[in-house]
Amino acid sequence: MAASHFLSERSVDHVVLERGEVANSWRRERWDSLRLLTPNWQSRLPGHHYGGPDPDGYMTMPEVVGFIDRFAALTGAPVRTGTTVTSVRRTDDGYRVTTDQGELACRTVVIASGACNRPAVPALSEAVPDEVVQLTPFDYRNPGRLPDGGVLVVGASATGVQLAAEIQRSGRPVTLSAGEHVRMPRVYRGRDVLWWMDAAGVWDQRYDEVPDLTRARSLASPQLVGTRERATLDLNALTELGVELVGRASMVRDGELLFSGGLRNVIRLADLKLDRLLTAFDEWALESEVEADLKAPERFEPTRVPASTRLRLDLRGGAIRTIVWATGFRPDYSWLDVPVVDTKGRLDHDGGVVAGPGLYALGLPVLRRRKSTFIHGIEDDARDVIAHLDGYLRS
Amino acid sequence: MTAVDSIDNGVNVQALLEAREALKGAPEAAQFTWRSTTRWENGVHTTSTVKDYSGLGADHEHKAESTFVADHPEVFAATDNGITPIEYLLVGLGSCLTAGIASVAQNRGIQLRSVEATLEGAHDIRGILGADSDVRNGYNGIKVSFNIDADASKEDIEALVAQSQKRSAVFDALTNPTDVTVEVV
Ligand SMILES: Cc1cc2nc3c(=O)[nH]c(=O)nc-3n(C[C@H](O)[C@H](O)[C@H](O)COP(=O)(O)OP(=O)(O)OC[C@H]3O[C@@H](n4cnc5c(N)ncnc54)[C@H](O)[C@@H]3O)c2cc1C
Repeated sequence: MAASHFLSERSVDHVVLERGEVANSWRRERWDSLRLLTPNWQSRLPGHHYGGPDPDGYMTMPEVVGFIDRFAALTGAPVRTGTTVTSVRRTDDGYRVTTDQGELACRTVVIASGACNRPAVPALSEAVPDEVVQLTPFDYRNPGRLPDGGVLVVGASATGVQLAAEIQRSGRPVTLSAGEHVRMPRVYRGRDVLWWMDAAGVWDQRYDEVPDLTRARSLASPQLVGTRERATLDLNALTELGVELVGRASMVRDGELLFSGGLRNVIRLADLKLDRLLTAFDEWALESEVEADLKAPERFEPTRVPASTRLRLDLRGGAIRTIVWATGFRPDYSWLDVPVVDTKGRLDHDGGVVAGPGLYALGLPVLRRRKSTFIHGIEDDARDVIAHLDGYLRS
Repeated sequence: MTAVDSIDNGVNVQALLEAREALKGAPEAAQFTWRSTTRWENGVHTTSTVKDYSGLGADHEHKAESTFVADHPEVFAATDNGITPIEYLLVGLGSCLTAGIASVAQNRGIQLRSVEATLEGAHDIRGILGADSDVRNGYNGIKVSFNIDADASKEDIEALVAQSQKRSAVFDALTNPTDVTVEVV
């Protein structure tokens, strides 16, 4: 719909196809307690922003749906809901789009089908014994629906830490398997850490300025949660709740899940990285006008690593009844019949300009800027990409 | 760039970066096989040799064959002609992490003056003796201490050490399970 906003601005005739309803992913693919991890003031779409009484709060899912519904009404985007795209094929002068409601011919296509269509679950899940219930964040709604007993949460990014905390609080003992992760405090020097990302220019860093783009594009989400208390949800907070930390899940052998012995290092990497980020914030603040309004710089306690971590977990003994795979998401391009997807399922594009003439993408990690996959990141990206598209149509 | 160019830890990072780029599109060439042979001498004394390996689509030989003698110490009622096999794991880990530190330092423009790793593996030998079935055969834990003198802050040195673990073949081989097939031919 952000693309639609800029297409309308340039008087380019277009339609927006949506298989479900407006804001479908927020309606159908999220768990009950989820709130945005981005603060309300940051929820901005072209010509639309949060105007409520709690700019520092975090929206619930119904609030996000309302926010996006209002944006849809405001832009008057020509959305055709309940229309699933089943194929996009190249023709002599553009593309033929097949949907479950008929066909369309167009000169250009903007792929805005999302970066998180499918949970990415590692292959080792196939060797998990049948008696253990396996869930992805798409199946999970709330802890009450899980069997009583122990839960293994695999993955320590935003989804993993949030689910680990709420499941542990429900009385089900949680083991959290952590690989590389991104540690962040919720609040730093009195401001939301995402205020810093924004103000210090980290989020505006362009894709062609990022040193290692492949790595930046596969970076996990930060360990953040949106709560009224603005609480930090790092591994120390989880340890305090009683969650047991283990290393990356690496293999199932004879009904046992084996974990990496490298937990200490991934934790050290995350702590060092956080310190570098905070140092960069402090250096930026010194040069800025806000320094005087900020609290003093601080550094957070190193993450506590258990003296000896568990390396194996018996999945047959009944101690673990459920595994939640919080191991990330991936896009689904099964409907795209144009050879622009690599062997790892990634779209081949340069800042949203896809390697097929007239084909564009939006909403992918670090598409044009570090903020590209966030709600507030779409405006700048959509403006640039649609400018390119308009240029292509005129050429 | 000047800082990076003027430091020299003796690692050809340029060649490594070029190899990384080249192999991105050629996964077959990236498949290496490392080999060693072990011959029984007497008692628990063995001699292993390492000479050839393959990779980049071809067979290769080291400049010279290397020989490694393993035995067990006299407290194990053995002849102590060489170190115990499990000590070779420490040798492998220490040399892999240290090499990694030199490479990462070169890439980050950090001049090293000295690097020394001290490794300790905690081993409860009741496992291998079959004295207690709850005790594992291998190490219960390995501790590596690095003493590094370099033109860098403490944080940068810690980041070097962390990154070298992240990219270490032996660290991975020791911390993650590996499928091992042993057969009689
Ligand atoms: C668990 C989770 C939490 C998140 N939290 C935040 C947050 O706190 N703050 C933030 O800014 N961002 C957050 N994000 C990122 C969020 O996904 C993006 O901000 C935003 O939703 C991206 O919008 P989009 O339109 O690009 O993709 P989506 O919201 O995924 O929309 C894509 C749309 O395309 C439709 N579609 C897909 N395939 C087809 C097809 N073949 N035919 C027709 N229609 C199709 C889908 O139904 C969907 O409605 C979160 C993401 C996840 C997964």
